[in-house]
Amino acid sequence: MADIRHHIILRECVRVLIPVILLFALYVQTHGDFSPGGGFQAGVIFASGLILYGLVFGQEALLEFAPLHILARVMALGWLLYVGVGFACLAMGGNYLEYYVLNADPLAGQHLGIFLIELGVGVTVAATMVVIFICFTARQLPAPADD
Amino acid sequence: MSVLGSVFSLLSAGLFVAMDAVDVAFTEAAVGAGVSLVFFLAALALTEHEETPVTRGNVFPLLVAVLTGVLLIYGLLEAPPFGSADAPAHLHVAPEYLSKTEAQIGVPNIVSAVLASYRGFDTLGEAGVIFTAGIGVLLLLNGGLPKGKGRE
Repeated sequence: MADIRHHIILRECVRVLIPVILLFALYVQTHGDFSPGGGFQAGVIFASGLILYGLVFGQEALLEFAPLHILARVMALGWLLYVGVGFACLAMGGNYLEYYVLNADPLAGQHLGIFLIELGVGVTVAATMVVIFICFTARQLPAPADD
Repeated sequence: MSVLGSVFSLLSAGLFVAMDAVDVAFTEAAVGAGVSLVFFLAALALTEHEETPVTRGNVFPLLVAVLTGVLLIYGLLEAPPFGSADAPAHLHVAPEYLSKTEAQIGVPNIVSAVLASYRGFDTLGEAGVIFTAGIGVLLLLNGGLPKGKGRE
């Protein structure tokens, strides 16, 4: 691949696009109850924004923004949030993942539960996609000297 | 091939929109047409140009594949005809979800309600599968879990 620093049009277009992609991902994430989409789609869109960043500006820039060890923890954190919501329902007297008990108003409890688990799914999916991308493309770079 | 697959995904996303399955179309466009193409190309770049010659016999894998296919087709024999309106799925749960979601969950997007609330356990398992995939790729390709800066 030619040196990416010469592709000024590509770089500037991507620079404009990435914030829009990330913002759209957040919209899909938080608006999933009312419009198409949800945690999974939002996670993939968010990850695609980061992957685009990695493709255009290089692996090092992406790793500087999102180091692998942090991504791995975020990945686990999302799933733990999901599991934790389930246990929170248990602790508050309901069945596992029965959101009615999360709030005095059952419907508000449902909203809260759905929002939280969608957030967990989104975070896990986004981190996982970026991790897979980094792992797949890291092999093509020369191995780091300290490894 | 992978580029064609991506194009196919995008086209089928349009098809899903036409069939009012916007959530599925969304997923198809984001995953099938977007991210998976990048993954496929990255994976292709990892592989070598020439196939490793097969030294072992391939009768047993063929047997497994054929057996699985036969089992799947056998299972399909019991399934209701494609598109039939009186299939069990259309008689019990679907009308119930459609009519009761508004009162029970209070969420306008029924797909979200089904995925996150009625079928919360399934989605929990799905998120677990994705998490497992990420951990697997990390362990296989990265040679272990990444260490934090402070622990090296």
